[in-house]
Amino acid sequence: MFILVAGFATTDIWRFLGVYLGGKLSEDSDLLVLVRTMATALVAAVIGNLVVFPGGALAHTSLGLRIAAAALGFVSYLVSGKRMVVGIATAEFLLLAGLYLNF
Amino acid sequence: MERRCAAFGAVASYGRTCYGRHMSTWISDAKAPRSTWFLRGVRAAFSLPGLILISSFIGFAALAKDAGVTVAQAAFMTGTVWALPSMVVLVGAIASGAALPAAMFAVTLSAIRLMPMVMALAPEMRAGKTRQCVLYLLAHFVAVTSWVLAMERLKRVPPQMRTTYYAGLGGALVTTNVIVVTAVYAVADALPYAVSAALLMLTPMYFLTSLWGSARERAGHVAMVLGLVLGPVFHIVLPQIDLLVAGLIGGTVAYGLQLRRRKVRAA
Repeated sequence: MFILVAGFATTDIWRFLGVYLGGKLSEDSDLLVLVRTMATALVAAVIGNLVVFPGGALAHTSLGLRIAAAALGFVSYLVSGKRMVVGIATAEFLLLAGLYLNF
Repeated sequence: MERRCAAFGAVASYGRTCYGRHMSTWISDAKAPRSTWFLRGVRAAFSLPGLILISSFIGFAALAKDAGVTVAQAAFMTGTVWALPSMVVLVGAIASGAALPAAMFAVTLSAIRLMPMVMALAPEMRAGKTRQCVLYLLAHFVAVTSWVLAMERLKRVPPQMRTTYYAGLGGALVTTNVIVVTAVYAVADALPYAVSAALLMLTPMYFLTSLWGSARERAGHVAMVLGLVLGPVFHIVLPQIDLLVAGLIGGTVAYGLQLRRRKVRAA
């Protein structure tokens, strides 16, 4: 029930609004830009928390290793011409290598 | 019209009634039958972005189990919410015992980005006789991966077949990942420590790269960097509403910088 109210209703309302407004509101309108930046910052905050304050097995790894793996993975994503596979694979490889070497 | 609804009903029985009023309008494009386009959509789900998405749902299953969410809840969430960032926010809210209004607000804010995405996609799918209700139903499938795939491939699909194609694509993605979440949840405990750690790292890396790639303007990149830093900071300062505050402040600052830059350029 909690999921239905807090998860389903709150996500699909935006999808429905999107269909309703499709074509009526400009993609570049200032309000939409603000909404997009807020949403982006919020999801980025989720990412930051997942790396800095993780749960489970990841919580037992060192903070430095996690940040280094994520940062270098991201750099390789940029360098490879925004190829997600490269970024994700690099981060995972570094994390596992770090664990193996007991960092 | 009837066949379009039948094809759609095959993905999920939404129990709608369709009347065959304009049987001849779409048959004119008879190169490939509707079922073929549906299957082509399904096949598109198993492309590289689709496989990356599956890997991040593997990560989500590990995350959900770790947070004490049951397997039924995790699978239900995958099918109904169908937006990974919102699901991670929701799991976080459940794990920290947040009140319903706070959880709703955080999830709402994290899902806002779906609106401009749907707004961009809906006109692509709307062909002459497309019914509004079909678009509303298909909108549920919109999330980063299916959106990226659709924006890239719908151009090559005949206009009358686009809703069918997207139903195949979105339906296959949702169904596959509900299965993936259920299966991974079942075996998560038996995994070695390093594998579990690596799985939990998949979600942030997937978000990090896909979010950067989907940002439309520079303000989006600024907002992202601010959020990355502000999230952990407010997690310490204001643990109950960290995500909300980071989103509101980071987003407003990024937007303000964009406005100022535009003003400077205009002057």
